[in-house]
Amino acid sequence: MNLRLDIIWQEAPQFAAGLGNTVWMCAVATVLSLLFGMLMLPPLISKNAYLSRAARWLVDAGRCIPFLLLTYLVYFGLPSFGVVLDKWWAGLGTLVLYNTAYMAEILRAGWVQLPAGQTESARALGYHGFALVHRIILPQVLISVGPVIGNQMIQLIKDSAFLSIITVPELTYAANAVQSYYFVPFESFLVATLLYWVLCGGVENLVRRGERAAALVRRGHG
Amino acid sequence: MADGNSVPAVEVRGVGKRFGDHEVLSKIDLRVMRGETVCILGPSGSGKSTLLRCINWLERPDWGQIFLHGEHVGVRRAPDGSSVPMTDRELAAVRMRVGMVFQHFNLWPHMTALGNIIECPIHVQRRPRHEVVAEAEQLLEKVGLADKRNTYPAFLSGGQMQRVAIARALAMRPEVLLFDEVTSSLDPELVGEVLAVMKALADDGMTMLVVTHEMHFAREAASHVLFLDKGRVVESAATEEFFENPKTERSRQFLERYNR
Repeated sequence: MNLRLDIIWQEAPQFAAGLGNTVWMCAVATVLSLLFGMLMLPPLISKNAYLSRAARWLVDAGRCIPFLLLTYLVYFGLPSFGVVLDKWWAGLGTLVLYNTAYMAEILRAGWVQLPAGQTESARALGYHGFALVHRIILPQVLISVGPVIGNQMIQLIKDSAFLSIITVPELTYAANAVQSYYFVPFESFLVATLLYWVLCGGVENLVRRGERAAALVRRGHG
Repeated sequence: MADGNSVPAVEVRGVGKRFGDHEVLSKIDLRVMRGETVCILGPSGSGKSTLLRCINWLERPDWGQIFLHGEHVGVRRAPDGSSVPMTDRELAAVRMRVGMVFQHFNLWPHMTALGNIIECPIHVQRRPRHEVVAEAEQLLEKVGLADKRNTYPAFLSGGQMQRVAIARALAMRPEVLLFDEVTSSLDPELVGEVLAVMKALADDGMTMLVVTHEMHFAREAASHVLFLDKGRVVESAATEEFFENPKTERSRQFLERYNR
């Protein structure tokens, strides 16, 4: 078989643009879903049974829907209710919505695992309320679940490929455009795959560093 | 506030606590004067730690009252004269005045030794950073850890962590220090370094309430001993008297086991 890498090289700008869109969308979606996941934390761990159950239900519902289906619902379904989002907002919104549920659950698990003594010593020294969360709890939770968040980010990057279906010009969309124009499916998809590997490999590298930091935090709990 | 020498630094009046059906503390009375070190002794499960934790309201007593230099802890007078529970903010303000050191150190692992010490003086007490850092460095010196300034807890031994925890509590300039079995989870050869720091504090005139199993420490550092069993005060006596001439059979039994 004769690999037409010259075509890929010629279309490099299109791959680069697709990769660029994948990268920024995934980065923004990770940050936003992490922030929204934090906002879900108070209701999730609330002592009010109704509140925590409602939050629990939302998070479970979010995690138990196929990503593609959620994308369809947002992009094709919402217009029935008069909510019309363009492909960018629909794509980014779906990524954020879907991953918020995961991030909330990841953060909750990290919070629950934090030894009670950590908040106790902070309270004993005069901390309370938001400052306690902001200075003592959340930094530790983020470090300890950092590797899990990294893995979720890898999942998010792979899921983002589905956005090609609603014509968001991300990496998979670019690969598909090139292959259908030049009839070079193997080359085109292979290059896209390699780029996803590089991207996810980079995140994986961060995950491994994060694991070391998380191990030190656990050891430091005494 | 009355004259600081006549009002106890800590006063516990008839304090009790139950967890479910189990009464872990019943009607405890205790007075600690300024500059005094009181050791709370007793077998495991006697309610020692619960009593200590009631003093800074980490545990809410179910009955009785706690006073810190004459001020009611956990409860305040509402404008209409009735007693209402303190808010979290008000409790935090009280806790700032009472330092506490824990059995499991509870250092914050995402901060260095110095970071742990300066955290609350800067962010809770809002004191100027340069002043706090200078004081923290002196405290590290005092507990013999000046060279561990920038070390994270993961790289400290248990004894070192506990000494940082003591420095952390001291950095708040507390009126009283509570020690909750602070040597119980240390390797035996690390116990001495922590007790030495505590002994020095007691000698400096720090007001201390110490829950401990270290009888030698109690005997050397405490002026008064409270012996608890099953949530009750079995004996409350001057240290010398308690160790030389225990009044109750239960105390004698307890001491014998330690003297063996």
